[in-house]
Amino acid sequence: MARLIAKSPLAGLVPVEVGGLTLSEVETGPVTSVAPFKGKQTAVSKALKAAVGLGMPKVGRMDRKGEARALWVGRGRALVMGAALPDLEGAAQTDQTGANAVLRVEGPAVEAVLARLVPLDLRATAFPVGQTARTMVAHMMASVTRVGDAAFEVMVMRSMAQTLVHDIGGAAKAVAARDLV
Amino acid sequence: MRIEGHGLIGPGTVDFSFDGKRLQGREGDTLASALLANDVRLVGRSFKYHRPRGILTAGPEEPNALVSVGQGAGLVPNVRATQQELFAGLAARSQNRWPSLERDVMSVNDLISPFLGAGFYYKTFMWPRAFWERLYEPIIRRAAGLGALSGQTNGEPYEKAFAFCDVLVIGSGPAGLMAALTAARAGADVILADEDARMGGRMLAEVEDVDGIPSHEWVGEVLAELAALPNVRLMARTTVTGAYDQGTFGALERVALHAAPGAVSGAAPRECFWRIVAKASVLAAGALERPIAFPNNDRPGIMMAGAVRAYLNRWGVAPGKEVTVFGNNDDAHRTARDLAAAGVKVVGLIDSRDGVTSGSDYPVFTGSTVIGTAGRLGLEHITIRHNGGIRRIRTDCLAMSGGWNPTVHLTCHMNGRPVWEPEILSFVPRPGSIPGMVVAGSANGVFATHGCLADGIRAATEALAVLGVSAPQVEVPEAEERPYAISALWAVEGKGRKWLDFQNDVHVKDIRLAAQENFASVEHMKRYTTQGMATDQGKSSNVAALAVLADATGRGIPETGTTTFRPPYVPVSIAAMGAGSQGKGFAPERFTTSHGASVALGAPMIEAGLWYRPSYFPKPGETTWREACDREVAMVRSAVGVCDVSTLGKIDIQGPDAAALLDFVYANTFSSLKVGKVRYGLMLREDGYVMDDGTTARLADTHYVMTTTTAAAGLVMRHLDFVSQVLRPDLDVQIVSVTESWAQFSVAGPKARELLNTILDTPTDDAAMPYMGCGPVMVSGVAGRLFRISFSGEMAYEVAVPADYGESLYRLLVAQAEVLGGGPYGMEALNVLRIEKGFITHAEIHGRTTAFDIGMDRMVSLKKDCIGQTMSRRPGLLDDNLEQLVGLRPVAAAGQLTAGAHLFEEKAEAVRVNDQGYVTSVCHSPTLGRMIGLGFLKDGRARHGETVRLVDHLRKIETLCEVCDPVFFDPEGGRLRG
Repeated sequence: MARLIAKSPLAGLVPVEVGGLTLSEVETGPVTSVAPFKGKQTAVSKALKAAVGLGMPKVGRMDRKGEARALWVGRGRALVMGAALPDLEGAAQTDQTGANAVLRVEGPAVEAVLARLVPLDLRATAFPVGQTARTMVAHMMASVTRVGDAAFEVMVMRSMAQTLVHDIGGAAKAVAARDLV
Repeated sequence: MRIEGHGLIGPGTVDFSFDGKRLQGREGDTLASALLANDVRLVGRSFKYHRPRGILTAGPEEPNALVSVGQGAGLVPNVRATQQELFAGLAARSQNRWPSLERDVMSVNDLISPFLGAGFYYKTFMWPRAFWERLYEPIIRRAAGLGALSGQTNGEPYEKAFAFCDVLVIGSGPAGLMAALTAARAGADVILADEDARMGGRMLAEVEDVDGIPSHEWVGEVLAELAALPNVRLMARTTVTGAYDQGTFGALERVALHAAPGAVSGAAPRECFWRIVAKASVLAAGALERPIAFPNNDRPGIMMAGAVRAYLNRWGVAPGKEVTVFGNNDDAHRTARDLAAAGVKVVGLIDSRDGVTSGSDYPVFTGSTVIGTAGRLGLEHITIRHNGGIRRIRTDCLAMSGGWNPTVHLTCHMNGRPVWEPEILSFVPRPGSIPGMVVAGSANGVFATHGCLADGIRAATEALAVLGVSAPQVEVPEAEERPYAISALWAVEGKGRKWLDFQNDVHVKDIRLAAQENFASVEHMKRYTTQGMATDQGKSSNVAALAVLADATGRGIPETGTTTFRPPYVPVSIAAMGAGSQGKGFAPERFTTSHGASVALGAPMIEAGLWYRPSYFPKPGETTWREACDREVAMVRSAVGVCDVSTLGKIDIQGPDAAALLDFVYANTFSSLKVGKVRYGLMLREDGYVMDDGTTARLADTHYVMTTTTAAAGLVMRHLDFVSQVLRPDLDVQIVSVTESWAQFSVAGPKARELLNTILDTPTDDAAMPYMGCGPVMVSGVAGRLFRISFSGEMAYEVAVPADYGESLYRLLVAQAEVLGGGPYGMEALNVLRIEKGFITHAEIHGRTTAFDIGMDRMVSLKKDCIGQTMSRRPGLLDDNLEQLVGLRPVAAAGQLTAGAHLFEEKAEAVRVNDQGYVTSVCHSPTLGRMIGLGFLKDGRARHGETVRLVDHLRKIETLCEVCDPVFFDPEGGRLRG
């Protein structure tokens, strides 16, 4: 019998270098949405910590421990990436592996480029490493996380992967072209 | 005329052209300074009377010198020559003239001007009424006007961007520079924005010292300090255009407009529209000089006195050889002084005030006014009234100054009204008009350099206090503390029109006429005369015009008030505001995992919302979509077809109260659904009308997965979030979209199971998976889900795998289907299959139909409450006379049906009052060999078998149709149960 072949959301679109930025796909590993039921936040956070070493992240934060990452994505909800989860008593767990395209955007001009697409204050003082937000990237709803001094991860719906690369690439080219004016 | 050794421009020459004439300017020139250096005085024709006009100002307020720059699609009209930086190869053209600037046919308007006063068009072209829109207005618009757009699609790049800071300083004159320096030294994140290419404001245009060095050198030192600080961002060529809520400002940056095409990367944006968010701001926008309304004050060569000084001191250009100066304030004297010092002949200084002394060696006429001018295409003479006599002076340039108006515009953008300041005879900002904004320098009515420097420090200190930061000690540099003395002079009486608004050709008499006809409120006067409209928005004319209005109505100026200043401060290209939203930037494209495979099969893609879905899959020899569609329908009915249905919304619902939530949002009941089963559900809006439909599967006791239509996926997700957070926060339930988590494919047709069993690790059968069953399966080694649901009337399944495996599964399913005589089918076939089976889509549940209308009112359970239940039973919504869902088939086999057509009784006239209903969906049914349709017909369910007349007024089609049950094919449903 035939076996199915997996293809990641950004396969064939990245890696690319554009306007001094490097765009690459983040290999997320398994991705699970974890949303505790009423009154179960603390218990679920403890159970999660026991399982992967990370509790439920605070609002606007991404925590990591080894390969595992816990990303705040909204009211009472986190995406746990990079680790398969056991059943956590008291939480809705939903597999989201492959549902999102996660793009790493890196380079000295990354803040300037994202300032063309994201309506948030992304200066390091306001948006330090580990900070995350649900916001807009051009016309797409997205999750934006700072992962380094000059590196962000941008997550959009899988179906919009091509538009994400197009829009960030376009903004990067325009920013780079300014240096020559 | 260029004065060598003068000005702050570079030595290099720059070739450019104006109206095709080749000219040469210098590095650092604007188009305006270069034209003046080449003694070009006539640069445009006025809006209404086509009067010859020249450069009036040296800044963004320029009303006359509007030119078109660029070629073809990249042409930009109405560019202010005073702001366009010169570059090699710049080709500028004058506007609003034909055949040439010197010989303009429409200048005949000026000869008949006594008939063309304010209100002329409204009074003259009233009848017949319909003629205004179709005849009069287009002709008038063509005769009057500014530059025209190319009408072509402009592919040039524009940009939008966001910026954030603690303190935004607007303007880089003495006040702005000191404010920026003070805030920067305090450690605040500072953005300093200035509309000019070179920062420094008036300090580049005046001859004076600051801290013992020439002011422009002092500017250089301050800018060097600011540029070296990491917390300062200098944004030159950036005009702040609007002040909005929450400390947000709009700003337009000219990025590549000053660069020769080809000299920069094609990716460089022409302009960038910024949204700057600042915790506090300092407005140091300076002041704009106002003209004096004396007879024929609009000839080329008559300029603002401050502008003449700027051209001389910054660009080394004398706008005339024999210059006169006319003013009502001390500032005018500076122009005469600087010109004389530079060796330009000053033939007279006319000061309206008595007893003013000068100590200069050029003639000074005090207590005098200019009462007339002469020169057809440029100033040749002026006439002055002096000592009770009349005197004629030969001059080619008259520099006028009626005083300075603080640039209060931004402070009025949130409904602030400026305050009259009698000392300077102008308006100053009302403090606190924009939250967090402090106004400094000339914008605040402080006109001396030393005062501006000190006021900048004061303003920054106040702005820092907003942030809770204390200001460092900053010393005020030494500078001139020159008093500003002015006496009122708005209009000078005499023969000839006394122009107030140069851009809109409004003169003193127009304002008086407005007052006489009782358009006495300043807002009414503006609309009556058009004063203050168009690209300059009355920057030069507003204060003088309302002074004339105040005089005409016998009120004071403060009582008369100002019109409202609204954003933007300068014209902003739509291209900049909409940057990035052209072409593929207009909306995201959503692609399914099978997209590449479908395209490889030659399928044309259609847009369904943001999604791209295959329309049909053409085979060799098929020349029309219909052939492919008919084949695909027959293929599904006889063998098996595969279709990607991943675009349907999928929502994961978990929790102890999951069933209760579903019972609340669906009209029918889901708490009674057994685990491993799927049920069709109908969702109502609060008003009782249908919102969406779909199937929901119960995967476990507290775990459901809901399917929505593609179009309403976002709407339903939002609705569920709203219900769970607002209407039923008592329910313990968690909702998350899994639309993108699963790639899902419909496998439909008599051989559907046979096909499935080639890819499932464990074969399925009717016992394991009966109609409307669901459950987990292993799909070629991958954990997936199987649903036995049908949108085609055939035995059908939907098989889902994690999205990473979608493309692989699709290719496998298509390959295996082809072995069985099947293959892929597209949206066209999907639509035909569902119409044949009478299944509805949003063509039928279009927002104006109820469950009753579509024949599903029995689904609205009365055993429980649900959203929309009560309202769906409102009187009038269950009336037999309402339009109800029916099937339609043409009486003649070849009869044509069209969606959107209306239905009438067979013999009735096809007019609105006889309308019986309308057609929502049609197709050619290859299964039935004729067209079929779905539609809504009054009392339709009781009229099966009747004949009605379909009339499509737009496409001119009439067809007699038989009304029938909406289910055309296999009404018993034997096929889908297998």
